[in-house]
Amino acid sequence: MSGPVIRPYGDTTGDGMVQVSFTLPIAKDERADGAAQQLARKMGLDPAMVVHSKPVGPDFTFFIVYGRVSHLVDLAAVEVTEREYPLLSAKEVNLAIRARLGRRLVVVGAAVGTDAHTVGLDAILNVKGVAGEKGLESYREIRVLNLGSQVDAEVLAHRAEAEGADAILVSQVVTQRGAHMQHVREVADAINVVYPASTRPLLIAGGPRFDPAAAADLGVDRVFGKGTTPREVASYLVHAICQSARDHAAGRR
Amino acid sequence: MTRRSKLALDPAMVRTARRLAKRAAAPVEKLARTHTTVSVERAILRLAGLSGADASGIPWVNRLVEAVQADTGLDHGVALPAWAAVVREGLDLPTLAEKAAAGGVTFTLPTGRDRQRARSAADKAVAAGLRRIDRNRRVREQLTRKLGDPPFPWVYLIVATGDIDEDIPQAQAAAREGADVIAVIRSTGQSLLDYVPEGATHEGFAGTYATQENFRLMRAALDDVSRELGRYVRLTNYASGLCMPEIATLAGLERLDMMLNDCMYGIIFRDINPIRTFVDQRFSRQIHARAGIIINTGEDNYLTTADAVDAAHTVIVSQLLNERFAREAGLADWQLGLGHAFEINPDIPDQFRLELAHAQLVRELFPSAPLKYMPPTKHMSGNVFAGYLLNAFFNLAGVMTDQSIILVGMMTEGIHTPFLSDRDLALENVRYVRNSCGNLAEDFHPPANGLIQQRARQVLGESIDLLERICDDGLLSAIADGTFGVTKRPADGGRGLDGVVAKADGYHNPASAVLEEAM
Repeated sequence: MSGPVIRPYGDTTGDGMVQVSFTLPIAKDERADGAAQQLARKMGLDPAMVVHSKPVGPDFTFFIVYGRVSHLVDLAAVEVTEREYPLLSAKEVNLAIRARLGRRLVVVGAAVGTDAHTVGLDAILNVKGVAGEKGLESYREIRVLNLGSQVDAEVLAHRAEAEGADAILVSQVVTQRGAHMQHVREVADAINVVYPASTRPLLIAGGPRFDPAAAADLGVDRVFGKGTTPREVASYLVHAICQSARDHAAGRR
Repeated sequence: MTRRSKLALDPAMVRTARRLAKRAAAPVEKLARTHTTVSVERAILRLAGLSGADASGIPWVNRLVEAVQADTGLDHGVALPAWAAVVREGLDLPTLAEKAAAGGVTFTLPTGRDRQRARSAADKAVAAGLRRIDRNRRVREQLTRKLGDPPFPWVYLIVATGDIDEDIPQAQAAAREGADVIAVIRSTGQSLLDYVPEGATHEGFAGTYATQENFRLMRAALDDVSRELGRYVRLTNYASGLCMPEIATLAGLERLDMMLNDCMYGIIFRDINPIRTFVDQRFSRQIHARAGIIINTGEDNYLTTADAVDAAHTVIVSQLLNERFAREAGLADWQLGLGHAFEINPDIPDQFRLELAHAQLVRELFPSAPLKYMPPTKHMSGNVFAGYLLNAFFNLAGVMTDQSIILVGMMTEGIHTPFLSDRDLALENVRYVRNSCGNLAEDFHPPANGLIQQRARQVLGESIDLLERICDDGLLSAIADGTFGVTKRPADGGRGLDGVVAKADGYHNPASAVLEEAM
């Protein structure tokens, strides 16, 4: 132990009291509370009080348990994994774009190559969104062009230029033999042909098979992996584009 | 049922709102009547019994419509060229589809006596499908009589595992726990597929694919549990999307009871082409009307993007449009499960009173409609305890304003797919509010010119203003300008426009011919 140490707080400093609730696949019979007790003790609650147990259908029982844990939290050993940009709400994203860019941010998205799956692209772009979060289309200050699937890399690059894209999103869901990486490299190459050096928009790749650490290898600015939500992408866009726009305006670039 | 207005709404304003909705819808209805789509044509083939898919999973209805379109176009419909080939080649429909997909059939538009023969063969084949839909409607009526039909409000619960074999026991368990309606959520993005997947499916993205076989399996499982429980448990799925006409047809063929079917959802939230959507929704609603299916509209979605107070009138406008399009397609008022939601920020003063004003307004504008009331989602945080309280207030508002179909809110909304215990606690919440409040609606009389009455009248007034603007600009322009949701959807943009075809003189659709006549 190197730093300050704390315990959970119920109503007295150091009492270590916590609450948990769970369901066990067991009928609500005389064994049920004992089974919950046993689990709670193994979880470190001692003493454990089963304050509520209720049958959920014939084969399950739901429990609420209070108890004291003996575990200590060593604050010095807490690791904070910070993303390099803050996660913003939709409102904050819109405000940041308005304040720093002074116009709508333009995003062009496509699933490229042979991949006909737009589920990932649509989850990020469609108003409907994913996991309770609305997609980028729902952000007032973001203009989204969703080109759909099987878009040719050169078509994507030219379209991005014609639309004045600030960012290009490339999605790859279904892949084999590394095709997803190949397709993204093709887009990076096509963009470098269309845009003069160091003027290209932000290039972002996304899909469940990508390694988020492989951005440089793929020739893109950022890779988003499985489970990414629209808000994370929007927050990153604000960070990457609006930040550099401000730096640029201030002559700091 | 007659209800006295608790909001002192001016009947003339209500009539004005309906008249404006009718006027706004008229040009779009004309578009819908004068066009067909690839999905409407595929639905014809499904009514005629064509099912199954080729080795790559593309349904035969897609392959056959594509083959006919390549040879003759679709402006006369798929039926005449397809059944001309059936008659000429002496093949049944599945064999014809297979042969056509292999390039072994040349389709032509029949004339004279060939046309008559093709037409009567097509009409006969499609009539068999319509008869099956009629039979299913009678079976539902018999089962609700024999087993018992739960009174409103119906408790609506969602199941979504991605695997139909997992969905079935979960749905049966939910019914035993008290659900009157089971909704099987579709796989993410199915609304954007321009074909309906085939067979029983076992993997999906956050939901289970809507397929004919999945429909059949789930309906059979719910019939079993309905008999066990002594009440008819209804099954819901989702028609909206690129395949609205086909999924509506499959729902009729497999006796689903309710279907999500919104006139604008696909346009606003899925960027499906507006004209494609309006043409598809009309045919799909004609089928629902015939099948005795209750539609659920998706106005709750607006409030997940826009502010529930500022955008309250867009919900009313959309409901009036949904009602208008539904009636035009032949749906009766008892089939209009118009949607709305409890989505006002709980931090706003008088939040609950504003929710009551909105919910009561919808109740009074649509007195005979089985309104579908949706629980809070936007303001559900990770604080499950606060969420449980908010859901109780939602349930209370539902009881006080006499809502018909109550979607059960989960305190873990937005965290994970509901645990078994989440669902049980949610039902406990609903049961407590229902039992303790009883017929509280009869005691609920907002005082004259109080906040609730004033707010309801304000929303109705704003709805009329918006409908007037829509009438002036045209509904398609209003959608293009971002009136609904926040998204601009131009009439020539979005997915699926290439599947829209203007009908030629002499266009024949064996189903429409029957359905239009019935209207």
